[in-house]
Amino acid sequence: MAWPDVRKTLRRGAYLASEFYHAPYRGAVARAKRDEDDLFMLLVFSEMMGIPNPATYYTLELQPILLERFHTWHTRMGMEHSPLDDFRCC
Amino acid sequence: MSAIVLAVSGIVAVALGYRVYSKFIAEKIYQLDPDFETPAHTMRDDVDFIPTNRVVLWGHHFTAVAGAAPIIGPAIAVIWGWLPAFLWVIFGTIFFAGVHDFGAIWASVRNKGTSVGALTGSVVSARARTLFMIVIFLLLLMVNAVFAVAISNALVASPSAVIPVWSAIAVAVVIGVLIYRVGVPILWPTIVGTIILYAVIYLGELVPVALPQTLLGLAPGPQWILILFAYALVASLLPVWLLLQPRDYINGIQLFIGLGLLFGAVFIANPTIVAPAFNTNVPAGTPPIFPLLFVTIACGAISGFHGLVSSGTTSKQLNKETDARFVGYLGSSGEGLLALVVIIAVSAGFSSLSEWEATYSAFGTTGIATFVAGGSTIIASGTGLSQEFAATLLAVMAVLFAGTTMDAGVRLQRYIVQEWGVIYNVPALQNGYVATLLAVTACVALAFGAGGADGQGGMLIWPLFGTTNQLLAGLTLLVISVMLVKLGRRYVFTLVPMVFVTIMSFLAALYQLWDLIASGQYILAGLDLVIVIASIFVLLESAAAFTRERRAANASATAAASAS
Repeated sequence: MAWPDVRKTLRRGAYLASEFYHAPYRGAVARAKRDEDDLFMLLVFSEMMGIPNPATYYTLELQPILLERFHTWHTRMGMEHSPLDDFRCC
Repeated sequence: MSAIVLAVSGIVAVALGYRVYSKFIAEKIYQLDPDFETPAHTMRDDVDFIPTNRVVLWGHHFTAVAGAAPIIGPAIAVIWGWLPAFLWVIFGTIFFAGVHDFGAIWASVRNKGTSVGALTGSVVSARARTLFMIVIFLLLLMVNAVFAVAISNALVASPSAVIPVWSAIAVAVVIGVLIYRVGVPILWPTIVGTIILYAVIYLGELVPVALPQTLLGLAPGPQWILILFAYALVASLLPVWLLLQPRDYINGIQLFIGLGLLFGAVFIANPTIVAPAFNTNVPAGTPPIFPLLFVTIACGAISGFHGLVSSGTTSKQLNKETDARFVGYLGSSGEGLLALVVIIAVSAGFSSLSEWEATYSAFGTTGIATFVAGGSTIIASGTGLSQEFAATLLAVMAVLFAGTTMDAGVRLQRYIVQEWGVIYNVPALQNGYVATLLAVTACVALAFGAGGADGQGGMLIWPLFGTTNQLLAGLTLLVISVMLVKLGRRYVFTLVPMVFVTIMSFLAALYQLWDLIASGQYILAGLDLVIVIASIFVLLESAAAFTRERRAANASATAAASAS
């Protein structure tokens, strides 16, 4: 086998192995990641909902960045409209 | 007789089944369309729905369905002689399992990737769906108890497997962390992990571990059962990427290596089959071959569990509809070949008929350990590896399969308990820890009730487990058949297997009921009674659905005829 062929075969093998590893659990891992993210959202927006958070000084900075995800998060948490009074998102 | 003859005839039959029969089913019955847009494309979300390479999908389907069950079932069933087991595995794989797995993928793909459970509701009836849920619950309840007893028996029989089995968990966790936290590409962890695994197998052979003869009044078997459930309790609460996913991956690799090694050794060593073709001298207490054979070998011939895999993940990732034949039919064929090599191992891996008869001295006492003993003899004479090493290798392979099934089983059962908590509004049950604890307690009780507590490790529960599995297969085949009736196609190819497995399950459950009451196993008898009732309802439901659909089909045919 010529060298480029060997490399091609190796690359194909690595691709198949990686798919074999990831494909069956893609959904489960994505859900687990979302659960972790949801908890993080709660930490960042906790003070606004009356839950005291000693790290507010730091999480405040993150709020504008996470605002994009805010709508899907609160709907997923079972709140049809934004729970926050000071700024509404929908 | 030479084992090569058995291996070759089995492989040729299954290959012909794929080339000829599955082609016929694909073209004439399911009528696969290469231009049909599968849910992986139409509903693509790159998480659950994503078009996947068919070889990769086949790999999953095969490794997800081929676990410890196609090892234990044939290892028990050879007590009636190797020929009945061989015939049922080969015919079952060609005409039952292949059509079932393939059909479940097709049915799901044609219905937006929904699971078989949901399909029984929408295609058959709401009652059938309830029935499906009951059967699944019974199956999950038993699967953990069955595999805990099987693993504890195997660990007691092969003390050298103890260190490798538990080290495999550490290897899996390291691979999981390397891939998700460090971001290492898969290739190196795979190679190094596999090498470490086999090195540890060698270490295990040098340092065997046996539990004390009695601890708190328990024999080693029950001690292992408790340890295993303690493990399952912790493991099922861990995130999937950390343990379950890399474990599954390692098992897949082990399956390919183990199968290759076994078949290779059979062809090199050419062992002689010492077991009788038909055992006319079965030990006292062995149940009748008819109908028990058809539930003792479930996985390996046909298994309802496959339908859950087919419609749960496989159908959502199918790139082209025509891939269903390759993935489903060939995936279950792979499992049939595993069952075939197990039959060869337990019928040709012994030196003489008397040695074989000494091993098969009572029904239900054989299992993983028998496969390990027979298979390692064949590997040792075929490859030159030491028999101890080969035995440890096979024991580790089988135990890891069973262990991963337990891990996944406890997890699924926890979800069910949590869902009950939501449905019946009991907050305590919704808690993950409480739910897991409850699930594990139920399984421990069943494992001890199933013959684990006395340390004998009898697998009384095995045929019950097989019966439930076959009922599930019957329900899946019912869904496929009703879909075919609605489409106005020939349905005999799925209806005959469906009627056969359901009637066999019913008869087997009925026989066991009588047997369990006679031997005073009241917990299992109660469980069996539920299975008998469920199987009656499956039969009634099928008859009702069929009459209804055929009438509807005839009515529309007459209407079309009178209109024209």
